[in-house]
Amino acid sequence: MPTQVIMPQLGESVVEGTVTKWLKQEGERIEEFEALLEVNTDKVDSEIPSPASGVVLKILVPEGQTVRAGTVIAWIGQPGEHVGDETPAGHGATAQPVAPAAANPSVASAQAGRDRDLGFISPVVARLAREQNVDLSQVKGTGEGGRITKKDVLAYLAQREQATPAAEPAAWETPGEGDLFRPTELMFANAAPPAPASASPVPTPSPVVAPQPATPAAPVSRPMAAGDRLLPLTTMRRAIAERMVLSKRTAAHVTTVMEADMSRVSAHRAAHKAEFAQAGVNLTFTAYFVAATVAALKAVPLVNSSWSDEGLVLHGGIHIGLAASLGDEGLIVPVIRNADGLSLLGLARTINDLAERARSRRLQPDEVQGGTFTITNHGVGGSLFASPVINYPQCGILGVGTIKKRAVVVEGDAIAVRPMVYLTLTFDHRILDGASGDAFLGKVVQVLEGWA
Amino acid sequence: MPEMNLVEAVRQAMDEEMGRDERVFIVGEDVGKRGGVFRATVGLYDKYGSERVIDSPLAELSIVGVGIGAALYGMRPVCEIQFSDFIYPAFNQIVSEAAKMCYRSNGEWTVPMVIRAPYGGGIGGGLYHSQSPEAYFTHTPGLKVVVPSSPYDAKGLLKAAIRDPNPVIFFEPKKGYRLIRGEVPEDDYIVPIGPANVTRSGTDVSVFAYGMMHFYALQAAEKVAAEGIDVEVVDLRTLYPVDRQTILQSVRKTGKALVVHEANLTGGYGAEVAATIAEGAFTDLDAPVRRLCGPDVPGVPFSHPLQDWFMINPDKIAAAIRELARW
Repeated sequence: MPTQVIMPQLGESVVEGTVTKWLKQEGERIEEFEALLEVNTDKVDSEIPSPASGVVLKILVPEGQTVRAGTVIAWIGQPGEHVGDETPAGHGATAQPVAPAAANPSVASAQAGRDRDLGFISPVVARLAREQNVDLSQVKGTGEGGRITKKDVLAYLAQREQATPAAEPAAWETPGEGDLFRPTELMFANAAPPAPASASPVPTPSPVVAPQPATPAAPVSRPMAAGDRLLPLTTMRRAIAERMVLSKRTAAHVTTVMEADMSRVSAHRAAHKAEFAQAGVNLTFTAYFVAATVAALKAVPLVNSSWSDEGLVLHGGIHIGLAASLGDEGLIVPVIRNADGLSLLGLARTINDLAERARSRRLQPDEVQGGTFTITNHGVGGSLFASPVINYPQCGILGVGTIKKRAVVVEGDAIAVRPMVYLTLTFDHRILDGASGDAFLGKVVQVLEGWA
Repeated sequence: MPEMNLVEAVRQAMDEEMGRDERVFIVGEDVGKRGGVFRATVGLYDKYGSERVIDSPLAELSIVGVGIGAALYGMRPVCEIQFSDFIYPAFNQIVSEAAKMCYRSNGEWTVPMVIRAPYGGGIGGGLYHSQSPEAYFTHTPGLKVVVPSSPYDAKGLLKAAIRDPNPVIFFEPKKGYRLIRGEVPEDDYIVPIGPANVTRSGTDVSVFAYGMMHFYALQAAEKVAAEGIDVEVVDLRTLYPVDRQTILQSVRKTGKALVVHEANLTGGYGAEVAATIAEGAFTDLDAPVRRLCGPDVPGVPFSHPLQDWFMINPDKIAAAIRELARW
């Protein structure tokens, strides 16, 4: 199957590029990653590598022409393969590779529907879309949470009957909306096993894709080998992806690592576990880490802050998020509100409650919002230390490794066996510098090691 | 056309049928001289005499047993269970005898009997005068189960029940006995057992209900109409056999279904309606089928605040409709 060559987006705010030189001509052989053409954007010339090995089947954009990012500019494939005829003008950019066999209009629209998270598609909406060949990504949802209702589809059909709808602007023509690199449906075009990518004789206008400002700006090629499966993205997966990339792209991540001797905490926990259990509370190490974090946030208030362009927002309350794994599904971060107002018992009880309800999916929306600092206890999986991604726009995240007995050198140059833990603070270097970060982390260590 | 309340329509139906057919007789607790605790049989004792309006002992098993025996002998008994809460002593007679007679005798014997039973709460009756036991009987092939919600239907359906060759359980919404009023023709007519009735046509949400809850559903539909929600209300009227076609037709139109009954949720009749919709109109659904039912507690509480908590009312129905319309 032929592969498209797409005008890449060579920078965050760069939405177009000029083909300055084709390094291979139609009919020439090319290997994957071999330079195929040169593109000029604003100030920079870049060589663009070929996305596949094969023969340059067709060049759609002549040298000197400027096109938007995401536009199909050439086809690579095997000699004799048939490719689409579309020109890059207008919305040809979004035309999909033609699979002459297996033409089925309904599949085409169903695939387009995956371009954005359409929310729940009710049975009647699915049926109407299939029967009437409706691209649901073009239907505005008015139901709860933007769900597309039966009425929305009927209204769309009525409107469609009245007038041939004007072509929707391509995703990259509406700033801030859509994957700016390549239309998402292209990523999915040769996915889904019964693979007819398109049957429309005419290139279809691009469906508007949902705002995904943080999707990775690199071409996501998805070679599907036999036996491969495509897992559709869940809302949670997508949200995590967006949040993580936004954070990584925005905050200047720096990680500092310290270790703490957990002897005193372990002893305290062993001495009080039964007493807490009588109060119906399971006393976990997490409660101690939260308590130590609270003390450190009080000592170094700058860590309890967020970046804004107007200035640093120093948070008055200490609201600590705790990353809780939901297995393969993803993770969720319930927030202990006003953690500084809670005793160890109160913290342990709140943690029990939030963890339990996180696992049973019974958290309220406002219980996963408003955190000012986050703790991730990645040690539960055996991890020694990690460099977690900041829960943006918070300033920092504390990573807690697994507590492990190690031989350490103690006072008097003796070697002793102690329960040790690696603690990491990953912080936004725009807000903090190393000294403050270390002061914070040092305080956490001090509290844990001196627990009484 | 005279206007009357629901219990008057019930009385008129029995009066007309007794006048029309000598085989029709009434048996039950306090139905004779007293005229029934809800006054459903007032005047009939004086008009038809003690042989046709029989005061029974406080023994529901015998009321129904007598009814079955008389029916097998060709009579047309109308048994009154004073409150549907008291029907359980007769459960074996109804389910194991009356319901199976025709089938087990290969059609040779039938039980043309009606069991009238006032049902439902909201009248301060507490645990033993408020129950809605219809689901126990809608699980029983061989019975017909009917619940009227208007005086017109009450008269027409009861007359049809008396003439029906099968045992019919006729649940009357006692809270609506005097609350629900309407026009009732004086002449002889029947409302056939079986078909449901679309009592309000709409496009946004279908509400399925019967008896008192149907009366409330119409009020709720009126409330939300002012907010622009166009509700279709279906009065099921006959619960067994169920009118699947009318249910499915309505859902195919609206795509959203709310089933309301005051009997408790789990294993209730609403489950049957919901399953009917899921099986027959899945690809027409635009929202999950929603049930608004009494809570799963053992009885309607005697305490008034708790009774209000238990009972479905027009406000609760309207809230459920809004939620479904918004979905």
